[in-house]
Amino acid sequence: MTMHRAFIALALATSLGAVGAAQAQEHAPPQPPAQKWTFSGPFGNFDQAQLQRGFKIYKEVCSSCHSMSLVSFRNLAEAGGPGYSEAQVEALASEYKIADLDDKGQPIERAGRPADNFPSPFPNAAAAAAANGVAPPDFSTLAKARTYERGFPWFVFDIFTQYQEQGPDYIHAILTGYEEPPKGFTVPSGGHYNKYFPGHVIAMPPPLTDGQVTYDDGSPQTLEQYSHDVAAFMMWASEPHMVARKRIGFQVMIFLLVLTGLLYFTKKKVWSAVH
Amino acid sequence: MSGHSTYQPQNAFLQWFEKRLPIGGLIHSSFVAYPTPRNLNYWWTFGGILSFMLGVQIITGIVLAMHYTPHVDLAFKSVESIMRDVNYGWLLRYLHANGASMFFIAVYIHIFRGMYYGSYKEPREVLWILGVIIYLLMMATGFLGYTLPWGQMSFWGATVITNFFSAIPGVGEAIVTWLWGGYAVGNPTLNRFYSLHYLLPFVIAGVVVLHVWALHVAGQNNPAGIEPKTERDTVPFTPYATVKDGFFIAFFCIIFAWFVFYTPNFLGHADNYIPANPAVTPQHIVPEWYYLPFYAILRAIPNKLLGVCALFGSILILAFLPWLDTSKVRSARYRPLFRQFFWLFFAVCIGLGYLGAMPAEGIYVTIARVLTFYYFAHFIIVLPLLGIFEKTKPLPNSISESVLSKA
Repeated sequence: MTMHRAFIALALATSLGAVGAAQAQEHAPPQPPAQKWTFSGPFGNFDQAQLQRGFKIYKEVCSSCHSMSLVSFRNLAEAGGPGYSEAQVEALASEYKIADLDDKGQPIERAGRPADNFPSPFPNAAAAAAANGVAPPDFSTLAKARTYERGFPWFVFDIFTQYQEQGPDYIHAILTGYEEPPKGFTVPSGGHYNKYFPGHVIAMPPPLTDGQVTYDDGSPQTLEQYSHDVAAFMMWASEPHMVARKRIGFQVMIFLLVLTGLLYFTKKKVWSAVH
Repeated sequence: MSGHSTYQPQNAFLQWFEKRLPIGGLIHSSFVAYPTPRNLNYWWTFGGILSFMLGVQIITGIVLAMHYTPHVDLAFKSVESIMRDVNYGWLLRYLHANGASMFFIAVYIHIFRGMYYGSYKEPREVLWILGVIIYLLMMATGFLGYTLPWGQMSFWGATVITNFFSAIPGVGEAIVTWLWGGYAVGNPTLNRFYSLHYLLPFVIAGVVVLHVWALHVAGQNNPAGIEPKTERDTVPFTPYATVKDGFFIAFFCIIFAWFVFYTPNFLGHADNYIPANPAVTPQHIVPEWYYLPFYAILRAIPNKLLGVCALFGSILILAFLPWLDTSKVRSARYRPLFRQFFWLFFAVCIGLGYLGAMPAEGIYVTIARVLTFYYFAHFIIVLPLLGIFEKTKPLPNSISESVLSKA
């Protein structure tokens, strides 16, 4: 009987799921292909060289429109990040002009310091929108703010496989997803056709092309590589303590498994008297 | 049912103190000598788990409050500064955010356990109703807390939920304006939500004390659903229940830690990492997963006022469960038909949860209507009739007999 009931419940759940999947396919863009990331899984770790390449792309290309206002220069030298030295960060920060007040309270621009946050390319959201049609989103949390529907049953499996790279997968897909619109699809002026963007019309023109950014570590200077690198960098910017989180998580897991095991045997011993 | 206190402190100071305030005896009789049925299974450990989770939420919440700024221009930034700059701030925030979900998983198991074993029946009606009040307070607290990061889902969730009250004829709009502290969700709204989010957990803790008190008066129900008759039917709370609860809390923490450390954003919504923007509406406004079945009920009904009534009715009906269920037999173990309907009801709740996450269009609305009808029918039609027509199995003579017959 129990099996019978479980079957009915499962059948109900599955049929609902199937209906959902069929509906979702009608108007959703294709799912971004899953990429391989060094930071996925329980022992995932950021690849320092990749973060440095990604930062180079941000600095040379993305930052002319996209702000990253919650990230400080000093973060670039902190553990679990791109691994720049403090001297490098200081030199980097000094390349930027930061709005401040002088001793007399007059507005000035001074050289950046490691404690400063990245300055934004536009003075405010309205100015950013006026210059670009739509205000380009801030990079600070963008890799966690973008996702796509996984659908049933995948979202259940994701708990166990720890798949949570929807954001970087989506960013990679957008950067590589520009193509000619299909016949009969009219792209409004100021828009660009992108296979993976919801509705397919994105305001951002294709930002990266092969060979656009020079790498000094011999990595391929291709759109594919650029997209991976900048998506990885954005993931780090969104979750700068991820490496520490996963490392501590493993220690906590071992502790909890031992504690649970000990308590289980204690419970068995205590209850053996009454059973 | 309070255990007879055999508490006699050896220490002279404790003896002196006990004469003036017998708190040691109270703790001893409630958590040491208190007799618990010997046949409790692991579904009975969720009361302990819930107390533990309330503690986790209050402690992490108090520390988070030290770093959080309840202002529309600063709330999102202050949460991000907790994530980036506060020492172990990411850990505190992920514990608190996932802790809310774990709290709800535990409370749903606790409620369904009560339903399966008939724990709401005489003489435990007040105990059950106090539980329904705690659940309502939890839902309010969870909702208020979700608005605090002031992301897109925070803002639009707050807008949608507070708008429920505009359905009230005549005074609805005035009530909503009063709730908001203005003509739209804004800074006064965030401030009062923060204040109430800090207050309500302590109200919950107070009602939990009443809940435990009522429990200790009536005594625990058990899988057999019959009252303990002799001392052979019970074991003292300590060490038996304490070690069993302790083991299962530790096991529960493994699941909790899995989410916190490995998939901390799985139970959240990506849109809440976008700062609140009153000018941009998200494509789908979806509440937190633990409200989804009720959200599906709300949207299943085409009339707004009736939808809101159904939403609140679907929770309030739980308070009447002790009288809607007319069967004298408590445990589903001895109620073969009820058991089938219980699992059907369980599947309906899961189904409604799924539909709550889907857009309210086409086939989804139709299925949601069928399931909403069944949700209420379970309480209003099925349970009253089952008590009259169901042929129940014979009950064991005592708890110890039911334990021994299984062994």
